[in-house]
Amino acid sequence: MDYSSFLQMREELSLIGVMIFLLIFDIFASKNLIKYFQPIAFVLFAVHIILNCVPRDAFEVAGGMFQYHPMQTYIKTILNVGTLIVLLQAHKFLNNEENKIKRGEFYFLIFSTLLGMYLMISSGNFLLFFIGLETASIPMAALVAFDKYKNNAAEAGAKYILSAVFASSISVFGISLIYGSTGTVYFSDLATLITGTPLQIMAFVFFAVGLFFKISLVPFHLWTPDVYEGAQTNITSYLSVISKGSAVFVLFTLLVKVFGNLIDQWQPILWGLAVISITIANIFAIRQKNLKRFLAFSSISQAGYIILAIISGTAIGMTSLVYYVLVYVFSNLAAFGVLSVIEERTGKVALDDYNGLYQTNPRLSFVMMLALFSLAGIPPFAGFFSKFFVFAAAIDQGFYVLVFIALLNTIISLYYYLLVIKAMFLTKSETPIELIKSDFPLKLSLVICTMGIMLIGLFSAIYNQIAVFGFGI
Amino acid sequence: MNFLSLFVLIPIFMILGLFISNNRKQYLIVMTLGASLLMIMSGIVTYMYLTERAAGNTAEMLFMADTVWYAPFNIHYSVGVDGISVAMLILSSIIVFTGVFASWKIDPLPKEFFLWFSLLSIGVYGFFITTDLFTMFMYYEIALIPMYLLIGIWGTGRKEYSAMKLTLMLMGGSALLLVGILGIYFGSGATTMNFLEIAKLHIPVEMQYYFFPLTFMGFGVLGALFPFHTWSPDGHASAPTAVSMLHAGVLMKLGGYGCFRVAMFLMPEAAHEMAWIFLILTGISVVYGAFGAIHQTDLKYINAYSSVSHCGLVLFAILMMNETATTGAILQMLSHGLMTALFFALIGMIYGRTHTRDIRLMGGLMKVLPFLGVSYVIAGMASLGLPSLSGFVAEMTIFVGAFQHSDIFHRVLTITAVSSIVITAVYILRVVGKIIFGPIYDKHHEELTDAVWYERLSVSVLIIAIFAMGSAPFWISSMIGESVAPILSQLIK
Repeated sequence: MDYSSFLQMREELSLIGVMIFLLIFDIFASKNLIKYFQPIAFVLFAVHIILNCVPRDAFEVAGGMFQYHPMQTYIKTILNVGTLIVLLQAHKFLNNEENKIKRGEFYFLIFSTLLGMYLMISSGNFLLFFIGLETASIPMAALVAFDKYKNNAAEAGAKYILSAVFASSISVFGISLIYGSTGTVYFSDLATLITGTPLQIMAFVFFAVGLFFKISLVPFHLWTPDVYEGAQTNITSYLSVISKGSAVFVLFTLLVKVFGNLIDQWQPILWGLAVISITIANIFAIRQKNLKRFLAFSSISQAGYIILAIISGTAIGMTSLVYYVLVYVFSNLAAFGVLSVIEERTGKVALDDYNGLYQTNPRLSFVMMLALFSLAGIPPFAGFFSKFFVFAAAIDQGFYVLVFIALLNTIISLYYYLLVIKAMFLTKSETPIELIKSDFPLKLSLVICTMGIMLIGLFSAIYNQIAVFGFGI
Repeated sequence: MNFLSLFVLIPIFMILGLFISNNRKQYLIVMTLGASLLMIMSGIVTYMYLTERAAGNTAEMLFMADTVWYAPFNIHYSVGVDGISVAMLILSSIIVFTGVFASWKIDPLPKEFFLWFSLLSIGVYGFFITTDLFTMFMYYEIALIPMYLLIGIWGTGRKEYSAMKLTLMLMGGSALLLVGILGIYFGSGATTMNFLEIAKLHIPVEMQYYFFPLTFMGFGVLGALFPFHTWSPDGHASAPTAVSMLHAGVLMKLGGYGCFRVAMFLMPEAAHEMAWIFLILTGISVVYGAFGAIHQTDLKYINAYSSVSHCGLVLFAILMMNETATTGAILQMLSHGLMTALFFALIGMIYGRTHTRDIRLMGGLMKVLPFLGVSYVIAGMASLGLPSLSGFVAEMTIFVGAFQHSDIFHRVLTITAVSSIVITAVYILRVVGKIIFGPIYDKHHEELTDAVWYERLSVSVLIIAIFAMGSAPFWISSMIGESVAPILSQLIK
């Protein structure tokens, strides 16, 4: 066996390199050096992003166990950038006295989950896929419970690990049925072997539950609000953006690569899931008074919109999906960034606490407003374009009714996003949140997000570049 | 990129200028400069357009430019104008210009107000110059969303309720519209989003039956089509002066323009088949709006309902599908835009002095506010269609066109619509008699001071435009008439 072929897995290797370096640095660095732990981590990770942002030609490692496709570079880069933004936003939190000692663990856990997502994305085999899924889930539970003195966080961690394990066990049961009916777990062989026998359909449904759980589609979403509320806000944003982004991409590639023959079966399933996810999440979001729960439901409904790109199964759908994730990363992280800094400084997360925020914190309110407008799909912000392309991808395959339902839901979603904007801009408050001085990393992250929201849509080169490598059925 | 794009670029520069300026004087300089530049631009475009036409250029649209934007969906940034768009550009420039002066003393947060105001004007201008369906839809939505904050922050009365109602209803309209546009694009199998190109293709008739009503209703919501007009009275009544002016004056015209340009132009067969449904709805708008206005006691509500009536007339006229009536529709857009902006400007100024808009609490304002009083009477006369003012030209053309249909259905509708003129006269004259003439109702009103220079400027520009259009409508109506012809030839074939 030619071990040099493993060197082609550059993204994974360089991430592991960063992880190991940070781990050793965290343990052995002197008092003077350890002050620079976070800046070093940012720089290293940024270098890692830049080194791996150029797509290469497709290849396979280990006999098809690991399959690389140029599109994966884009999605991995998007996830990387998102992770970097999350890390920047978590900078202040990790500099707190009680968390200082746990910084190394935080970074290691985050990068482990990221590595798991890499493996999930590039897997060419259900075993590697499952390893990736678990590597992405289990450290995540530790992250959710990271703030160990908070009861909520511990509870959320327990909820997350129990439901994640439950979902992945159902998923692995599905994989075993696939193996039972076809005799292989390699994606390239399965594409022809899966012909649509009842057992295979059942296997698919079981298998897909694991991913639906990660994407948190209704009815697999019940963990989401509680976990989002309990976890530290930066972890919540990581969970809602990066974890979800990787899972939707994997779902699309698997549906296209492995379950292509079952298209007549999975399209109706996704149709139903998209409709109930968007609708139910929207209806629940209206009633939320806690902004973290509010964003949890909003992210469930966003996941429903992403399904509109997946359901088409075409190259346009793939492109729209990656683009949607890109825009979603910036929009949602901007919203969570504002949320996290306010929670960090004042402990306030209720919608009513945001009354009159614009009087005291005009910049934060402005970023939040841009983020919410982008999430609601208002031009000229990026969210409008991503929503439009997702709808176009679905209509291209004739899903008129689905798109119509989704569009009616955008009105509901606009209503609740406007509720937040109304609180910040319109409602006057006797005791608004006092002026918050943001630290430099947070400012940087918000600037990146704002630029992303404002410019991604207007420069079509990004979409066109992604479209080059789009693939579908 | 050609010089038409300046209509979008100037407001963008205005926004950038507002960002770097930091006191009211600087904001006003930026806004005045920008608005004047836009005025000059619209003058230049008109002049160039007319000379080009006089030189014998018969292309459907002039000054076309086209840049590929999103190649996978054939989305282009493409611009071009014909007589209808030129007329709308003139209207928008006048309203933006006067709107800036009408909000001279806006408070609180002047910077933010002008930011959103400029964003709104990007949407408006962009909508009228673009020839691409996607870009058109984008500008349409850009024009909608600033309304929420503009009404919510600077409005009066039940502003939060009205802002939410207006935004959600118009967004609902745009949802219908988006399905319609995507349906047009994918249904026609087009390889372009340019509506001039799509018009040459033939969209399958069974597709048209789905997408025509969606598109027409989508734009119709903004054009205050009954029963989707309910946002309009609340929204206009709560909005601050300049926003009411821009919204009633220009934004509602986006609806009529879109119905004509997109829905009817691209789907003529369905337009013919389904016109009767929408004709009945618009007929209801026209009469119902007028009756609604009679019942109101708030000046802004009166004018908002009269807008429903007048904008209903626009849609009513384009559905008549003959050259006279459609030319009248575009004239009515212009005329209604000017006079309703004048109305809202005056109401804002009166309200700023009396602190009430209830007609029962005012009287004899002519004695203390002669300038505003006279202007109000002029606006009223324009609205009820006095010859030599713009309203007469527009409504006359519409009704002459509508009477060209000799079947009983169109006749009955036309006569019903004509009756609205009488009702208009009732509510206009009643209000004028009550608040402008007669004895002074409130002793405190005797100390009021008349309009100051920026208010006079704003009002005078609008009055001059109304007179100009009313007394010399030939050049503008022939410019519109020429441009309406290609769209109608598509409809009549």
